[in-house]
Amino acid sequence: MKKPVIGVVVFPGSNCDHDAYHVFKHILGEDTRFLWHKERLTKGYDIIILPGGFSYGDYLRTGAIARFSPIMEDVMAFAEKGGVVMGICNGFQILTESGLLPGVLVRNQSLRFVCKDTFLKITNYDSAFTSGIREKQVLRIPVAHGDGSYFAPPDVLAEIEGNNQVVFRYSDESGNITADSNPNGSLGNIAGIINKRGNVLGMMPHPERCSDNTLGNDSGIDIFKSLIKNLM
Amino acid sequence: MYHVTVTVKRRPVILDPQGKAVEQGARLLGFKNISNVRIDRLIEFTIQSEDQDAANEEARQLCTKLLTNPIMEDYELKISKI
Repeated sequence: MKKPVIGVVVFPGSNCDHDAYHVFKHILGEDTRFLWHKERLTKGYDIIILPGGFSYGDYLRTGAIARFSPIMEDVMAFAEKGGVVMGICNGFQILTESGLLPGVLVRNQSLRFVCKDTFLKITNYDSAFTSGIREKQVLRIPVAHGDGSYFAPPDVLAEIEGNNQVVFRYSDESGNITADSNPNGSLGNIAGIINKRGNVLGMMPHPERCSDNTLGNDSGIDIFKSLIKNLM
Repeated sequence: MYHVTVTVKRRPVILDPQGKAVEQGARLLGFKNISNVRIDRLIEFTIQSEDQDAANEEARQLCTKLLTNPIMEDYELKISKI
């Protein structure tokens, strides 16, 4: 079977693009390519990664200007056809700004930039991103953001919950979803959601930063492995 | 040509961290009566057009497509001929 092709979009101000590339290319050994945001998306890609960083310096609103980069028009069409898109941190913010995911990420309730390990309770095992890790309940994955507090109006939030679109929630080490384990004030401790169709994931924590065992934690690799397994 | 002023306000339910920080600063300075500080964003631009309705419509579209995120922000638009 054909190996999947992964595209990592590079916006001006992306700073986790090389981490994502490293994971797919060198750890998983997949065909991985950088995509400059001014390029157009050609055929043949299976997964598109919108990496973390500070695209366009977070001017106006986080992700607001990157969302109009030429490649995003193609990424949106790709997602509408069922292509797999994963947005991490700033990538999640771009996905909400572009309307591919509901809600918005606002300033952390603490008003501080938060950079630390968090525990994520997996709350949906039916997605391509998590179906390969049913044996695990909690993942330890770091966050690094100033604007990561998930917000959606009550009707939208009810819809997300009703459709089981929440994939990850901030929890304690044992998987209890508590106020103390919420690093940013996200509604419902939401750390990651998928769209209704399940082919688009946005998450604030950084699995690409903990996918290489030499760094002492590789719990993020499970998400990427699950994704690849689902494509094969 | 028209001059446009857009005031972008966060919805009341959305935390305004800058406003909160300024409020804390004001309290530290001894302004005990100050509360409900909100910091909005003011955006100005001109529109090359001779028709006010068309200019107004273009400004509104820019507001909804780029300048604001309707989930968390409202805006007020003022337009005047120059």
